[in-house]
Amino acid sequence: MKLTIPAFVGRIAFSALAALIGAIFALPLLWFLFAPFNARAELGLALPDPWTLNNFVTVFGNSYAVQALWNSFIQAVGGVILVGAAATLAAYALSRSSIPGKGAVTYILLLFSSVVSGSAAMVPIFLIVSAAGLMDTHLAVILTFAGGLLPTAMFILRDFIDSIPKSYEESAMVAGASPVQAFFDVALPVIRPGIVVVVVWGFVNIWGSFLIPFILLRSDSNMPASVAIYSFYSEAGTPIVTLLAAYSLIYSLPVIALYLFVSWKFGFRFFGGIKA
Amino acid sequence: MASVEFKNVTKSFGEFKAVADVSFDIADGEFVCLLGPSGCGKTTSLRMMAGLETPSSGKILIGGEEVTHLHPKDRNIAMVFQDYALYPHMNLADNIAYPLKVRGEPVAQRHARAKEVADVLKIGHLMDRLPSQISGGQQQRTSLARALVYPAKVYLFDEPLSNLDAKLRLEARGFLNHLQRDMGMTAVYVTHDQAEAMALATRIAVMDQGHIVQFASPIEIYRRPATTFVANFVGNPPMNLVEVEGAQVDGKLALKAEGLTIAGLAMTDAIGKALTASGKLTLGLRPEHLGIAAAGAVNTITAPLFANENMGPESLVTVDRGDSARVTARIFTDDHLDLSNVVTLGFSAEHVHLFDSAGKRIPALGE
Repeated sequence: MKLTIPAFVGRIAFSALAALIGAIFALPLLWFLFAPFNARAELGLALPDPWTLNNFVTVFGNSYAVQALWNSFIQAVGGVILVGAAATLAAYALSRSSIPGKGAVTYILLLFSSVVSGSAAMVPIFLIVSAAGLMDTHLAVILTFAGGLLPTAMFILRDFIDSIPKSYEESAMVAGASPVQAFFDVALPVIRPGIVVVVVWGFVNIWGSFLIPFILLRSDSNMPASVAIYSFYSEAGTPIVTLLAAYSLIYSLPVIALYLFVSWKFGFRFFGGIKA
Repeated sequence: MASVEFKNVTKSFGEFKAVADVSFDIADGEFVCLLGPSGCGKTTSLRMMAGLETPSSGKILIGGEEVTHLHPKDRNIAMVFQDYALYPHMNLADNIAYPLKVRGEPVAQRHARAKEVADVLKIGHLMDRLPSQISGGQQQRTSLARALVYPAKVYLFDEPLSNLDAKLRLEARGFLNHLQRDMGMTAVYVTHDQAEAMALATRIAVMDQGHIVQFASPIEIYRRPATTFVANFVGNPPMNLVEVEGAQVDGKLALKAEGLTIAGLAMTDAIGKALTASGKLTLGLRPEHLGIAAAGAVNTITAPLFANENMGPESLVTVDRGDSARVTARIFTDDHLDLSNVVTLGFSAEHVHLFDSAGKRIPALGE
C-alpha cells in the first residue's frame, strides 16, 4: 500500500510523539539505575564515571538503615501471612456457604476498607493502638495493615473462588473426604493462584507504605525502610542523593524479586476448569 | 451394593418445591434412571442421595439404614459428576486414587489399584498426565475410574455423558451398559436423554415438576406410558398426540378429528368413565407405528405434507394438521419416498394409545 504524503507525515509525527512520551517515562528509571553507582550523583541524569559501589558500602555501614530493611521485611511478611490466611478462609466461607446477605457483607467491608488504612482514620487508629498498649511494636503495624487490606483481599479471593466449580469439593466429599480434607486437598491447591495474587498485592502495599508505620512506631529500631529513607537527608533537609539512590535501589529489590519469583513459580496463571 | 429408598422426600428452595413428596424403592443391583426435562427435580434427588443436599422433609435410606442427615463421606457412595470434577493439580493416578487416599491406603497400593481400574477403562497409559492434557472422552473415563476404584454401596451418575460428542456418547453408553452387566452395581443415573435411559436402565423414573410420573421398566414405559407427558418424552421422535372428540356410538368408541378416520374401538369401563368426565380425549400414535396408508385403509390420518426427511435406513414423514399439530411417521425404508402434497398415513387399531382429558392413560382392553 502506498502512503499519501499527509498520512506519512502523520505517522512520523505520531511515532515521534510516542517516543517522546516513552522517554519521559524512561528517564527516572534510568536515573534510578545509574545514580546508585555514581559517586557524584545529582538529580540530573548522568552516566557514572567511574562506576562505583562506594554508595552501597556507606549505606550498609548505616546500621539504622539496614535494621529498617529487616523491619520492613518483618512487617510485610507478618501482614501478608495474616491477610493471606484470613482472607482465604473468610472468602472460602463467603463463597461456599449460604449465609443470607453475604453479598452485602462483602461490599460493606470493601467500602470501609479504604477508610481503615486511609489517612482519615489515623486518629482513631492511633487511639486504639495506644489504648491496646501496642504503640511502637511491629504487631501494631501488622494488625493495622491486616485490617485495611483484608476486605479487598477477601473481595478478590471470593470472586476467584466463586468461579471455581463446587463439584471439586463435592466430589472429594462423596469420595470420603471430610470438609476440612476437601478444603486442603482439593480447594486450596485450586485457589492457590488467587492467594498468590493477594499475597503479592498485600506485600507491595505494606512494603511501600509510609504513613502508618511513621505514626504507630516511635523508636528508630522499629522503623521500616520507607521511613528510614529520611535518614539520608541532611539536617538542612536536602537529600544526600548518592546514598538515597543506593538505598532506594536496595529497597525496591525485594518487590522486584517477589514478582520475578511468583511469575516464575506460578506464572500468574489460573487453572482452567472444564467446559460445562 | 445396597438398596436405596426415598420416603416422602420433599426439597424446597424457598417457595419452590424442587422435589415434592417423592417415594420410591430401588432394589439392590438395579440400574435406575431418573429421566425428565431440566428443572424436574432429578438432579436434586440424586444430590440428596449423595448427601450434597438435605431434604426439607422425609427420609432417605441406603441399604436399609437411614442416611437422611449423614455427611456424604459417611455414606460410602460413588458419584460421577457432569463436569467430571477432576482435580486440575493432580495427575490421573492421584485423581483416580484420591478416594483410596482419604481411606488411608498406602501410596503404592492405591496407585496399583488405580492403574488396574484405569487399564480396564483404557486410560492406563495416561497416568502421569494432568486432566487438562487429555481429551474429553478420556476425562470422562477418568472420572468413571475414580468412582469405580473403591467398592461403594451405590453409584450415582449426574448426566455423565452430556459433555461428550454424539459418537463418544454412544461408545460410553455401551460401556456403561457392559459395566452394569459385569458388576451388577446398584446405580442411579440422572439424564434428560430418553435414549440413554432406555438403553441403560432396568427401571426408569420419569419426573416432572418434582413428581415421579411413572416408575417402570423401559419396555413398560415405551408400551404403556402413564401420561401424555411420558408419551411425549420417551421415544425418538416422541409419540404423536392428536386431540380428538370421543363419543359412544352403537356400543363402540367413535373418535373424531380433522383428517382422521378411525373404526369404532371396543368400549371398556375405563373409556366409559373417561367419557363421562369429558369427551375430549387424546389419541397417541408412535411414529414407528404409522405408515403410508394402503388404498382403502380404515384407520388413517390425512393432511398436507410438511417434511420428508430421509435418514438412510428410515424416513421421517411429517404432515401438518394445521395450528402446528404435526404428525410424524417413521417409515423403515432405504428408498426415497415419492410423496404427493397431501399424504395419508395409516395405522392399526392395536397401536392406539388413549389418554383422558387430564392426560392420564386409559388402559386398553386386557391391560
